[in-house]
Amino acid sequence: MIFGKKLRRTAGMVLGALMLGGVLAGCGGGGGGEKKAASNEIPVGANFELTGNVANYGTATYEGLALAIDEINAAGGVNGKKIKLIKADTKSENSEAVTAATKLIADDKVKVLVGPATTAPVIAETQIATEHKVPILAPCATSAKVTVDNGKVQPYVFRSCFIDPQQGDVMAKFAADNLKAKTAVIYVDSSSDYSKSLGAVFKEKFEAAGGKVLMEEAFLQKDQDFKATLTKIKTANADVLFVPAYYEEVGKIVKQAREMGITKPILGTDGWDDPKVADIAGKAALNDTYFCTHYSDKDESVKPFLEAFKKKYNHAPNVFAALGYDAGKVLIDAIKRAGSDDSEKIAKAIAETKDLKAGTGTITMDKNHNPIKQAVILQNKDGDRLVAAKIVP
Amino acid sequence: MNSVQKNDLRLLVFGVVLFAVIGGAMEGGFIGSFWKLNIILIGINVILSASLNLINGYTGQFSLGHAGFMAVGAYVGVILTTNFHLPLIAGMVGGGLAAAVLGFLIGLPTLRLNGDYLAIATLGLGEIIRIVIMNIQYVGGAAGFSGIPHLTTFPWVFATMLLTLFAIKNFVNSSHGRACIAIRENEIAAAAMGINTTKYKVLAFTIGAAFAGVAGALFAHCFYIISPGSFTFMQSFNYLIMVVLGGLGSLTGSIAGAFVVTALSAALADWPEFRMIIYALALILLMFYRPQGLFGYVELTKLAPFSRLRGLKGGREE
Amino acid sequence: MDFGSLLVQQLINGVSLGSIYALIALGYTMVYGIIKLINFAHGDIYMVGAYVGFFAITVLGWGIFPALIVSMAVTGLLGMVVERLAYKPLRHAPRISVLITAIGVSFFLEYATMYFVTPTPRTFPDVFSSTGITVGGFVVNGQQLLIFAITLILMVILTYIVQKTKIGKAMRAVSFDTETAQLMGIDADRVISITFGIGSALAAAGGVLVGVYYNSIDPLMGIMPGLKAFVAAVLGGIGVIPGAMAGGLILGVVESLVSGFLSSTFRDAAAFAILILVLLFRPAGIFGTNTQEKV
Repeated sequence: MIFGKKLRRTAGMVLGALMLGGVLAGCGGGGGGEKKAASNEIPVGANFELTGNVANYGTATYEGLALAIDEINAAGGVNGKKIKLIKADTKSENSEAVTAATKLIADDKVKVLVGPATTAPVIAETQIATEHKVPILAPCATSAKVTVDNGKVQPYVFRSCFIDPQQGDVMAKFAADNLKAKTAVIYVDSSSDYSKSLGAVFKEKFEAAGGKVLMEEAFLQKDQDFKATLTKIKTANADVLFVPAYYEEVGKIVKQAREMGITKPILGTDGWDDPKVADIAGKAALNDTYFCTHYSDKDESVKPFLEAFKKKYNHAPNVFAALGYDAGKVLIDAIKRAGSDDSEKIAKAIAETKDLKAGTGTITMDKNHNPIKQAVILQNKDGDRLVAAKIVP
Repeated sequence: MNSVQKNDLRLLVFGVVLFAVIGGAMEGGFIGSFWKLNIILIGINVILSASLNLINGYTGQFSLGHAGFMAVGAYVGVILTTNFHLPLIAGMVGGGLAAAVLGFLIGLPTLRLNGDYLAIATLGLGEIIRIVIMNIQYVGGAAGFSGIPHLTTFPWVFATMLLTLFAIKNFVNSSHGRACIAIRENEIAAAAMGINTTKYKVLAFTIGAAFAGVAGALFAHCFYIISPGSFTFMQSFNYLIMVVLGGLGSLTGSIAGAFVVTALSAALADWPEFRMIIYALALILLMFYRPQGLFGYVELTKLAPFSRLRGLKGGREE
Repeated sequence: MDFGSLLVQQLINGVSLGSIYALIALGYTMVYGIIKLINFAHGDIYMVGAYVGFFAITVLGWGIFPALIVSMAVTGLLGMVVERLAYKPLRHAPRISVLITAIGVSFFLEYATMYFVTPTPRTFPDVFSSTGITVGGFVVNGQQLLIFAITLILMVILTYIVQKTKIGKAMRAVSFDTETAQLMGIDADRVISITFGIGSALAAAGGVLVGVYYNSIDPLMGIMPGLKAFVAAVLGGIGVIPGAMAGGLILGVVESLVSGFLSSTFRDAAAFAILILVLLFRPAGIFGTNTQEKV
């Protein structure tokens, strides 16, 4: 017995020592050698939510980005060099986003960081990137705080999407002017910065336009059942319901709202732009809903992107994929104009982006590192998307 | 007493030497930024797992709410440093105190529950803390608190970690600690021996919460932004995994557990698709071969080679 | 709508949500009752069940009922395999190690599924009418009725199995006292394995029903319902089968009422607060019997 116990303990110690040893070996090696970029490659870090809570957003954005990079590499690369995309995973956590960004910058020596998809991890990695003078290109972090902190422009942070106030403004005006709405209910995802700040802007602008917000309700990301709150919302009987949220919840909210007998128009933002919304909610339920987004799939200029994406991934792109693709285009253009793979020169070139024809529209970077780009308001009708309004900046 | 103090001194010297070696390697550029950050994370995780070990491993109270105390410490800490411009030490002390007060208030009623009922109650309380923070606009709500100065450095983390380990070690070896262990072994027998079980359970819970709060403050000053999403029950599971993996009732185990879990995740960073799958399999396999953890109820310093070093015989009693 | 009818509508919403919690909670409570293990992987078993149902409907083109039965069978089998591979070798290990293994299994199921089906949510095709039926001013939809009906049928079957069959008797015996049961000639390992199978099959039914009802499934969908179901099981008294049913329904109704009359941001907090309050007054849950520990 004693011997057995001793043996087991020794075995455990050996196992423990082996594990520690293995980990230490990992320390020294710093990962597989094939990950390092060769001299004729430009290493670019793709820091995305590949696992965890919002993995679906991160992976979709990565798919769009990878498509843009693959296209340019197939066409011979930029300035004679190929772009090498190095993936890292944030586990959908801010602290992991910082560790992953540090790894990309310090170990993989990336010249530019693209990602993550959501706002908070981009803010989290800003400091480490700024210290190393590596530019961050955020494909879909929409909070105004990302590029401008306390009135100061972050020198190394750029984005290639709308900022929250734009969309809230556009939809409030649309509700008041086009739909002649007098009253509204706002239903936001209180676990998301994106949703909350859009709700706040909508309220401000809608009331400025003479409307009245009757009720403000909230749900949480990954909620399944919205019927209890929708029952409450139904009693307000407002002219419009504004739901600035992401597609998974939006589909369920629209479906359940229609089942509960809410027949009024429902408005949304670019988080709605995903074929999944129609799959979840059903075509009939989606009638009389409007959302603002970056492009209409009827635009001739968007067709090549849509076709290329479908060919590569076998499904239609959602808004995250489209924004990832745009970020890729902005990046390629900037490297081309910088004429070198020097991080600072690339940062300068991104800031000077002008009239770039990206996948989903034309992008010009403003002095706050936010792009000026067109927006469209789409109307869902019997499974089709009609252009209800076009907003040119 | 004398030999105990001598022993402490030896460990302290060892700690300082270790600090000098790692610190030197960092300054000398032998360790890249990525591993520097991970070493800091390991230090913070050691504080968290050691403090959870005091509750779970030494006192035998199954708590799953550690992330909640960490969150309180983190938020109170950043409010003090960011909004009131106090130094980091004030943030750490403030965060630790706030977590301790909360731990005391929560512990008093809930520690009457036992086993799995206590586990789910503490898990629920951790989640309630997180949801409450999420609804406070002053600290940024769900979007998080940003603009936190980066104050956490390796010396701060290492010194706090050493302090925590010594404090817990000495607590466990004191008569209070013996009372806690008696409660773990058999609560009713301990009560019959005249131990005020509620008092010691709440005491251990409060101390554990305090150190979790301190670690939370250190964690927050490392990442520029904190949001309630970083303190979910999954995070509490993570610290429980460190404690059990290292071995319940062993501080050496807590160190090893924090090290293995953090470093494993970092070492697998090059394979993002497989990282969590490999981690899960490693966890299951380790539990197969070492169900009591790497150092279940054993300290490294009590193992034969070390005892011989000290000229003691049979220092292996558990 | 006046307050009274609003209340009735919220109760309808709550009961349909609660039925799903109850289905998952049953598996938790049965496993706990028999080997005292909090099976944290149970929520992920439910997720796998939803995916099996999804593939049966979309790839094989089956209807909802065959898909439900196949999903229950496949997932039940998976539950037994998980038990055999991951938990059985640890039968005599400290309970907390088995718990950590369960967390490991949970991560494994989540991320292996994510690797194979991608994290993008899948949408269930429309297999069961979701038209709202208005009864006296209240909206009840066809799927809610389906959920009630299937939950009710499964619970009746389960009660029959546990109370009237030989294997049910063996389950109760093993749960009461494993060693004595073994001395009486009961193959405890087999009974435990079957318990896992039945529990997993019930979770799978919950998964498929959720897929049909909410129309979207993803690899991490099991985490929150898993936790909620565990809360429901503890609320009712863990290890007690009627307790799990009652706990699930109570939890569903509480969540609906809080979302409907207060704010849904505090819904989860309210669910946990109710649990803690109940535990403080009845430390073993509503239907649990508080056994006095002896030295």
